[in-house]
Amino acid sequence: MAVVETRDLTKVFKEGELGAVNRVNLESREGEFLVLLGPSGSGKTTLLRMIAGLEVPTSGEVWIGGVNVTPFPPRERRIAMVFQSYALYPHLSVFDNIAFPLRAQGVKKELRRPKVEWASSLLGIGSLLARKPRELSGGERQRVALARAIVREPTLFLLDEPLSNLDAKLRASAREELQQFHGRVGTTTLYVTHDQVEAMAMGDRIVVMNQGQVRQVGAPTEVYDDPADTFVATFLGSPPMNLLESPDVIVGFRPEHLHPADLKVEGARVPVHFRIKHTEYLGAERILYGVVEGGGFQSREAVVSRLSATLPAPYAVGSLYDFSVRERDLKFFDRGTGKRTAPRPLAGL
Amino acid sequence: MRPGGRLGAPLRRAGHVLVLAFFFLVLGFPFYWMTITTFKQGSDLYNLKNNPFIFNAPPTLEHLRLLFGETLFLRWLGNTALVGVLVVGITLLFALPAAYALARLTGRWGERLGIAIFLTYLVPSTLLFIPLSRVVANLGLQDSLGSIILVYPSFTIPFSIWLLMGFFKSIPRELEDAAMVDGLSRFGAFVKLVIPMSTSGILTVVIFTFTLVTQEFVYALTFISSAAHQTVGVGVPIFLVRGDVYYWGSLMAACLIASLPTAFVYNLFLDRFIAGFTVGAVK
Amino acid sequence: MKGRQAWLGPAMLLPAVLYIVALVGVPFILAFFYAVGDVKVGSVGYHFVGLRNFRSIFENPAFLRALRNSFLFTISSQVLVLTGSLTLALALKEKFPGRGIVRFVILLPWVAPISIGSIGWKWILDSLYSVINWVLVALHLVKPFAAPMWLGEPSLAMMSVIAVHVWRILPFSTVIILAGLTSIPKDIPEAAAVDGAGFFRTLFQITLPMLRPILNVAMLFGVIFAVTDMTVIYILTRGGPYDTTQVLPSLAFFTGILGGDLAEGAAISLFLVPLLAVVAYLMLRVARRAEVT
Repeated sequence: MAVVETRDLTKVFKEGELGAVNRVNLESREGEFLVLLGPSGSGKTTLLRMIAGLEVPTSGEVWIGGVNVTPFPPRERRIAMVFQSYALYPHLSVFDNIAFPLRAQGVKKELRRPKVEWASSLLGIGSLLARKPRELSGGERQRVALARAIVREPTLFLLDEPLSNLDAKLRASAREELQQFHGRVGTTTLYVTHDQVEAMAMGDRIVVMNQGQVRQVGAPTEVYDDPADTFVATFLGSPPMNLLESPDVIVGFRPEHLHPADLKVEGARVPVHFRIKHTEYLGAERILYGVVEGGGFQSREAVVSRLSATLPAPYAVGSLYDFSVRERDLKFFDRGTGKRTAPRPLAGL
Repeated sequence: MRPGGRLGAPLRRAGHVLVLAFFFLVLGFPFYWMTITTFKQGSDLYNLKNNPFIFNAPPTLEHLRLLFGETLFLRWLGNTALVGVLVVGITLLFALPAAYALARLTGRWGERLGIAIFLTYLVPSTLLFIPLSRVVANLGLQDSLGSIILVYPSFTIPFSIWLLMGFFKSIPRELEDAAMVDGLSRFGAFVKLVIPMSTSGILTVVIFTFTLVTQEFVYALTFISSAAHQTVGVGVPIFLVRGDVYYWGSLMAACLIASLPTAFVYNLFLDRFIAGFTVGAVK
Repeated sequence: MKGRQAWLGPAMLLPAVLYIVALVGVPFILAFFYAVGDVKVGSVGYHFVGLRNFRSIFENPAFLRALRNSFLFTISSQVLVLTGSLTLALALKEKFPGRGIVRFVILLPWVAPISIGSIGWKWILDSLYSVINWVLVALHLVKPFAAPMWLGEPSLAMMSVIAVHVWRILPFSTVIILAGLTSIPKDIPEAAAVDGAGFFRTLFQITLPMLRPILNVAMLFGVIFAVTDMTVIYILTRGGPYDTTQVLPSLAFFTGILGGDLAEGAAISLFLVPLLAVVAYLMLRVARRAEVT
């Protein structure tokens, strides 16, 4: 039984226009960390809020724990949510913040304290219980928000971009803490983000969304190595997948798969004539930007190659070089729909 | 899972509508009543057997005619307008430079002085009117519009300084620095740069000063005794009588005319008004 | 504004400060002098008479009545205003069709000049032609000639005066509380909803505590308006019947201006000062606390 399921879930804000969420069908697995990934406006947050009960769907259903919760308000869904701003109650102490959900459910005072202490020790904030939110650092606030979320032992966690308000340095350690937390507690978690690096690092499965629709659901390796369409292909990976167009097909390959022809690799290869326009040396890597010539393919953006800096790099800007891509690293997409199609043989690019 | 959350929505809706309807009626009724009274014939108005909510006789403009033709109403409107314009002028003259100085004065003194000035707004007219009546008499201004033209700025200036201070603080200092590098003196920068940039703030001050003037009652009642020199705020409730009898029809007509224009203008500037009062308490 | 032209700042400030000192500061001090003197309208000299005026007003039952009324008037109107405006602000928070019109009408009592609103109510509460009485008689709740004398009977008069005052202040208070409500981040009530709180729990445990600074501001201003107002009373009842609706400011007016005894009037109005000092102090505290957070 899936912990959370949506059936044809749709949300239209303005009549006659495309919905923010369009007929989304989703099913989670028990205990998994499911990431909703997409650019802003893709509908991921609206989807999360409908699951939480904070938005009423235009049509479709939400099922949690095998029950159709669509008509229920948030407090009857046995879920917990961590907001982007953490939404800690500023006038209450950390202890009272964590205890609030218990009070709301009528848990008696004597029983509240042990639960709060359990939740706070799980997150290592036992010493902060008397403080007020404004006295805490960003990382500490996240931990309080998490403690407040688990104290009720919900069946489902919803997290709405909780790391985006932290500064870059803090983000990495906060991310690690979240992952450890999930490992310890094991509750099914839905996590919304626009950061594909986060999604790849944290997710058991990733739901890639755009314009209110699900483009692909899969483990990080699947969405990265086997994208379902050009959107997924270019959204994941930085720099994004190179896409080359010919009159009847679009071919894609990742920058790390475009390498000099004389590099020793396994498998059949397709030659690429690569003229370099610009290079960047990043210490551990070298990024080459250029164009491909002679194969009947056009590219809208610069074609990118990503090489380890340990390789020799006698590349001059403006010169043409022999590069190649392994056949199995080529992905083919339909020109009209952008969707993945069967591979076909290519003489060269 | 407990039910009851679902019943909440329609019940809340009903409560919502009820609350709004109640306050709408209670707060708005007197104005509706003013409107009806203005146009009802006297015989209809004073007949206890008639249903007061409908027009039992056809509506009339008689009260309006009386108001404009046979009372000092127009005179009072004119007086109030004159006082308003002059007080606005005096207020701007004193408050603009003071607010600018306070906004640019760094350090604790600036804040303290600003708050002190705002506090003077809180000193009520019902405390000062007794000594001021003496002052006014000594200056020979009793029973003249000059008395209130002199005294009103004592509360419009503090309030305006408070409003303008916040406004000036939001203008970046770099602009004035750039102007001074370009050749203006600081005062020149104030006059030629800051003031033109602050038209919306100045407009707010003009509006609120004007409304403070039209609303004022105590000083006008205290210093001015003859009907011809009165303002609308005192003239209408006190002098629209003949002997002991209020001329309700004309009185209500006067009330309507005195309230509605201010109401429209106030609505447009409501947000700034709130910002002025809640600065500090709301972030 | 240091260095060159350091005199400019004070020079720009001075005119306003002088004006305020002359027309607020000086009269304020004069009030104290009058209260311990023998000044009357038309009198020329000044003699110090110590606490004679104060003794005289304490012996006057009208004064004690007025003092009591000032408290009664202020406290009851504030309680009513705060609960009423809180309810109304909560109802106005969400968007709904016609909100603009509702807002316009709701603001009218505050925006119309105090005297105008009061005289409107005087007509509604008129002893003979009151529309309220007409309705009560039509509903057979009172007999035609036993209709309540809203402004003529002491306790009813006090109630009427309080009611008109509440009617007037409510919009102001509502608008301020509404501003406070909209400043609460949307996340917080949503988190409370997810945490399991219903409407009333969210209201009392989350919303109201977060609104405290704003409620303080609304209340402080409300108290000032209530304590220092004489207009409503002057127009509705002239302090009657028989001085039962007098409050300190109105009594000061009748004694000092109409009665001519400026010294005694000043003494009465001085009783407003302690209250204003307390209010000023509390306002400063609110402002300072806001700077810290």
